Amino acid sequence: MSKEWPLWEIFIRSQHGLSHKHVGSLHAPDAEMALNNARDVYTRRNEGVSIWVVPASVIVASSPEDRGEFFDPSASKIYRHPTFFTIPPEVGNL
Amino acid sequence: MMDTEKFNWCLRAGDNTLVLSQRLSEWCGKGPALEEDMALTNIALDLLGQSTLWLSYAAKIEGLDRDEAGLAFLRDTHEFHNVLLVEQPNGDYGYTLVRQLYFDVWHTLWLKSLLNSSDTHIAQIAEKSLKEVSYHLRRSSDLVIRLGDGSDESHTRMQRSVDDLWMYSGECFIDDALDKVIADRQVAPLPSSLKEEWFATIQGIFSKATLTMPSKDAWMQQGGKQGRHTEHLGYLLAEMQFLQRAYPSASW
Repeated sequence: MSKEWPLWEIFIRSQHGLSHKHVGSLHAPDAEMALNNARDVYTRRNEGVSIWVVPASVIVASSPEDRGEFFDPSASKIYRHPTFFTIPPEVGNL
Repeated sequence: MMDTEKFNWCLRAGDNTLVLSQRLSEWCGKGPALEEDMALTNIALDLLGQSTLWLSYAAKIEGLDRDEAGLAFLRDTHEFHNVLLVEQPNGDYGYTLVRQLYFDVWHTLWLKSLLNSSDTHIAQIAEKSLKEVSYHLRRSSDLVIRLGDGSDESHTRMQRSVDDLWMYSGECFIDDALDKVIADRQVAPLPSSLKEEWFATIQGIFSKATLTMPSKDAWMQQGGKQGRHTEHLGYLLAEMQFLQRAYPSASW
């Protein structure tokens, strides 16, 4: 068994209404300590109102080799961006 | 005329947090894990902030030309009024955590009772501090339970820390003449009135931690509140006060 504590990914909601955002990672033996540690490491300067901790091992990530088929095709589809609509002047700045 | 009783009582309050803060900050950069290092130094800073509140109130009561920094950095050992517990050396991590637990349980009970102080400024300091200290207690009790109920090695170390520091745990609950006057004025509770709840809380935590609580009737060290300290405080102050002593009035 490894003597290292497992790695946790930390997500913080900075204020009500916003979504949780990944801020970094840390080590902790279990979820409860991961929460306490996240509080101590990542919310020292009033950064958050809510914390999620997720074991890094359960995160499934896309692999760099898939980059071509995953992401390149969308680069040439400018019609998916809503930039062709004219905004009526009454709307002002959105 | 200066309220000497309240001044001295505020020094006790501010010196407890100041000395413990200094002790905890000795762990800075040496914690057993980055996360623990951050947590301990956060707590040290919380306590330092509380000291600032207590000592600036003391300075205001005193009404002389020294401020909270003057009180912190230019008094000598016999003028410090913290309990002996907080000046004890860090030892291993078990010592640091058990010292913290003994203090945090008392600190929480004490601050809660100060919410009803006849002095509204003291009640306000207590209210602000209590949020911070509730987290300190959450953390120290959690870690004491984990390490007490951990491996054979961690259990042995924790039980040793519990036993060795026990004789310093009782001073917080011994009433002296000043405590009685302050209690009569309803500024703060009698220290002894917090004792049973402290034992009950510690017993609850130790049961979960599979640690044995030493005897309630054990002989207890005392003297810190009256300015009689263990040898450790002098060394601590020498380090803490060096800059102000070497470069008087130096500031940021």
